[in-house]
Amino acid sequence: MKLEMKDTPGQLVAALKPISDVGGNIIAVIHQRDEKTDGDVLAVQIVLELQEQRLGELLSLIKGQGVNVVRIGKERLLYKQTVIMIGHIMHTDLGDTVDRIDCTGYAEVTELTMVMPAISEPSSARLVIRAVNKEDMEQALGILRGVAKEKNLLIIEPLEGIG
Amino acid sequence: MKIAILGMGAVGRGVLELVDGKDLGLTVTGLADSKSGLMDKDGIHIEEVLAAKQERGYCGDKSISATDIVEQADYDVLIEVTPTDAKTGEPATGFIRKAIARGNHVVTSNKGPIALHYAALQSLARKHRVSIRYEATVGGAIPVMHTLQHGLAGNRVLAIFGILNGTCNFILTRMAAEGLTYDQALLEAREMGYAEADPTYDVKGIDAAIKLVILSNTIWKRNVKLDDVEITGIDMLTTDALRLAEEQHCTIRLIAEAVPDRGVLRVAPRVLPKNHPLVVEGSLNAITIETDMAGEITLIGKGAGSRETASAIIGDVLFIRETHARGH
Repeated sequence: MKLEMKDTPGQLVAALKPISDVGGNIIAVIHQRDEKTDGDVLAVQIVLELQEQRLGELLSLIKGQGVNVVRIGKERLLYKQTVIMIGHIMHTDLGDTVDRIDCTGYAEVTELTMVMPAISEPSSARLVIRAVNKEDMEQALGILRGVAKEKNLLIIEPLEGIG
Repeated sequence: MKIAILGMGAVGRGVLELVDGKDLGLTVTGLADSKSGLMDKDGIHIEEVLAAKQERGYCGDKSISATDIVEQADYDVLIEVTPTDAKTGEPATGFIRKAIARGNHVVTSNKGPIALHYAALQSLARKHRVSIRYEATVGGAIPVMHTLQHGLAGNRVLAIFGILNGTCNFILTRMAAEGLTYDQALLEAREMGYAEADPTYDVKGIDAAIKLVILSNTIWKRNVKLDDVEITGIDMLTTDALRLAEEQHCTIRLIAEAVPDRGVLRVAPRVLPKNHPLVVEGSLNAITIETDMAGEITLIGKGAGSRETASAIIGDVLFIRETHARGH
């Protein structure tokens, strides 16, 4: 979100504090002094993770600090991973495979690229999965692992955990 | 320092050549292959023995066995480099036990005994106040055990990630670079001498899993076994899969992974960004160690080869000489 606030000491802290009060996670604060709009007003951009239902509460808390919220951009599924699948992907009901992820509500298959060689040969597919956060991604990958086992597909997961 | 060597395969020969060619202060007083043995407390003439082995197929006297060498030769360190039996660990484990019981140090490249009997062998060695070292079992020339036990002393190791099988890495590299099929790349690996006639252990991920067990037990001492590792090999991979990864600036590598806090112990092909430190080419090995103080350390090096494996063994022998000389 993009905020406007008075360029006086303590203002930025006052604007950020409510975020942790409502359980939000600040990812980045972009604070460019040269972007000063007019006079003593400062523009700050904040990237944060927050449960959607608490957004209203956050906005009123920030407003209560005398800070003006200029713009809110929402991207619900921030977390992205690529998974590759090998096997008889089509004939084991691809629609169902994708659905099992999509129906969770916290993760979605947002891209699917598939290569199908000769009929009896195994196909290969690349799935891009988006999820709300890392924990949800883990859950989604767990579901996919289960589906792969059930349908005898090989799934190649991304290597995570380093860093 | 006097050493006895069991096994005259590529690794045993590599050790002999280096001991002969470099001034390391090591004397070979006992030597055995699968058919024969010889001992000489004043030192075996290495060039003659290598020539004899080459010429007639065995190194010494057919009435002398490996067991005789272990029990009777006059040595300080036993270098045990016989072929690995991953199921029983024999006969290597028996040789190692006997040498320790005689009060001798042991250095081995043999994965079987270490993967199966790590805790028992360590406690036996402690009881007899000797060392058992096995740097060469994992990552070939890479000094991963020294790094873990000495260089990173005091750190808590949180996780390890590794490319521990050069054959698989070679196959995947060739599939990605040249668009070869799995079968073509495997054939090429065989022609280059990277793959065995029966590549099952390598391509099914078992060899990498055994090495993961050795690393895990070295670090966390939880006595894990091969059966505890979730294993997926590379033999089902398609060229298409590698191309799909490539399109996203990624590639596929066989990764061995241990993260005890999350209960993860597995070997599986994984998608990684091409600029990831673990993405090494050809038959190289790589190991990332994640620690609480040092952060991440990645070691890269040759995972196999006669001279390279001998380097790890000689490092262990000289380490034993240094530490035990200081102690006395």
